[in-house]
Amino acid sequence: MTTRKRVFARNRINFAVPVLACLVALAGLWPAAASAQLRLDITQGVRDAVPIAVVPFGGQAEGGPGEIAAVVANDLQLSGRFKPLERRDMVTRPTTGSGVRFEDWRLLRSDFIVVGRVEPDAAGLGVTFELFNVQTGQPLLSQRLVTTERGLRATAHRIADLVFERLTGIPGAFSTRIAYVTVDGRPPSQRFRLVVADADGYGPRTITESSEPIMSPAWSPDGQNLAYVSFEGKASAVYVQRLATGDRRRVSARLGINGAPAWSPDGNKLALTLSRGANLDIYVLDLATQALTRITSDGAIDTEPEWSRDGSSLYFTSDRAGSAQVYRVDVGSPQDVQRLTFTNGYNARPRISPDGQSLALVTLDRGAYRIAVFDLKTRNVRVLTDGQQDESPSFAPNGATVIYATRAGKRGTLAMASSDGRFQQRLSSDTGDVREPVWSPYPRQR
Amino acid sequence: MKWTHALAVGLITLGLAACTKPKQVQPEATPPATTDTSGAQTSGIDTSAGPAAGAMSPEQQQALAALQARNVVYFEFDSSEIRGDDLQTVTAHAAYLARYKNARVRLEGHTDERGSREYNIGLGERRAQTVRSALLVQGVAESQITTVSYGEERPAVEGADEAAYAKNRRVELVQGP
Repeated sequence: MTTRKRVFARNRINFAVPVLACLVALAGLWPAAASAQLRLDITQGVRDAVPIAVVPFGGQAEGGPGEIAAVVANDLQLSGRFKPLERRDMVTRPTTGSGVRFEDWRLLRSDFIVVGRVEPDAAGLGVTFELFNVQTGQPLLSQRLVTTERGLRATAHRIADLVFERLTGIPGAFSTRIAYVTVDGRPPSQRFRLVVADADGYGPRTITESSEPIMSPAWSPDGQNLAYVSFEGKASAVYVQRLATGDRRRVSARLGINGAPAWSPDGNKLALTLSRGANLDIYVLDLATQALTRITSDGAIDTEPEWSRDGSSLYFTSDRAGSAQVYRVDVGSPQDVQRLTFTNGYNARPRISPDGQSLALVTLDRGAYRIAVFDLKTRNVRVLTDGQQDESPSFAPNGATVIYATRAGKRGTLAMASSDGRFQQRLSSDTGDVREPVWSPYPRQR
Repeated sequence: MKWTHALAVGLITLGLAACTKPKQVQPEATPPATTDTSGAQTSGIDTSAGPAAGAMSPEQQQALAALQARNVVYFEFDSSEIRGDDLQTVTAHAAYLARYKNARVRLEGHTDERGSREYNIGLGERRAQTVRSALLVQGVAESQITTVSYGEERPAVEGADEAAYAKNRRVELVQGP
């Protein structure tokens, strides 16, 4: 967000209100969240993004990390579906619905407007916001949320969720988090970190780090734990770490490869890839009893398991037919293996959509590795991205967006694409390589 | 953030505590060929169980130094076949290991960065296993060999062109003891 000015400049949004040009200095008031490692960097304009004005809330200084309107506007922009009006173009700063002169905002070509204010409340702070259709003046949403100074960002994400849902019919996923791996330095002296941040990149926290590779983070269904692979012992092992306490448990360090952990929908089991000294196969580990069940027994590479939403089957990558392709196996009768992908010479790393109807995967598309969505019913493959080296797709819990890893020059960075393929945008990092993003589930208290 | 530092300390402690051999929960239908390999399951700090370098004869030290100049085998894209000159590299290491039974080798399999990461872990493992088989047929004992696959996580060189990829698709033969 430190580069918001640049973002807008690059996106070349021109609002034909020249009289407001003198207010350009106000652009400097955009919040600079110093601790945010990831920032939005629009690489491709979204032609049909909906213009919306999110007016600075009353009772708040502009520019702090808890500034609600800035967080809401950034969330909506990150979704790819909205184009927030630049602050410098706002002629007035109404903080209540009755103060909105709709003709002004029609002139500014905003389809919708969000206004609000922060006031002291017995329990801390009361945040009131209202959403209107600018064309008709119709009120669409009005709510009062109680929070604290520390809870302002969370409240802002909640408001963005509600606005997004009211306008798109899809629940917002702004109150969620992402985990990813960063790598600094050059081999052989590299530093690997597993980081958890808010879904907008704010507040990154390193939850584990090592001079040996860390890979394949996976959120538990309750969002309380991360499973991941660490080579810290000079061999791969799978760990489960509780985020609230930092406590962690080594759940698999068997001979050979221990990789690709995936949580069962009930959170009681992990599907894993183990080699046990021979070749790679898929296993299911019961976390409570440590009982291990072998699922595949093929001589090829079987890896990257992912559970179906009902927990009855696993999707996985296998090169048993020569090239990497995606298969499905019935957990209850593992001899029942079915090949799913046939188009393109390479399809790997399936990740299930929240509705269970499709898989995001890595596909070889005209010589480049790209993210695609595979429809489980129609078997249609839709390529979402246009990079050369795109990998590690992960659905947002509302299914609207896929976060993935891509290359920007020599460095790895994160990017987002809408599941319908309409837009892509990059999340830049100030330092190092960023890779393997995984989107958290919705927080429990929804 | 203080707790991250505490965590880092915790990590090291855990890593040290993790040296115990993990139990094999279920018997395999076909037991992996290396179940008797000691050392491969060590998940904590590599403590180099073999004899110290001081126990080597001058002759062995010389042989080892010669090998270290030539300890990487390279592969074609999506292939685990050992080619021409690289066969000689493997043969040289096999001869050394067969002669000095106190010697140990760690085979580190790597891939280029293309494709998905965990699948590449599989490809790196396949390459390491190919080299392992080549060593075994030349008289090296199973107990002398450990394997690990880093997939694309530990590139030898940076870069996103074929020249860089070719240098990264490799197995490194890291001689112990």
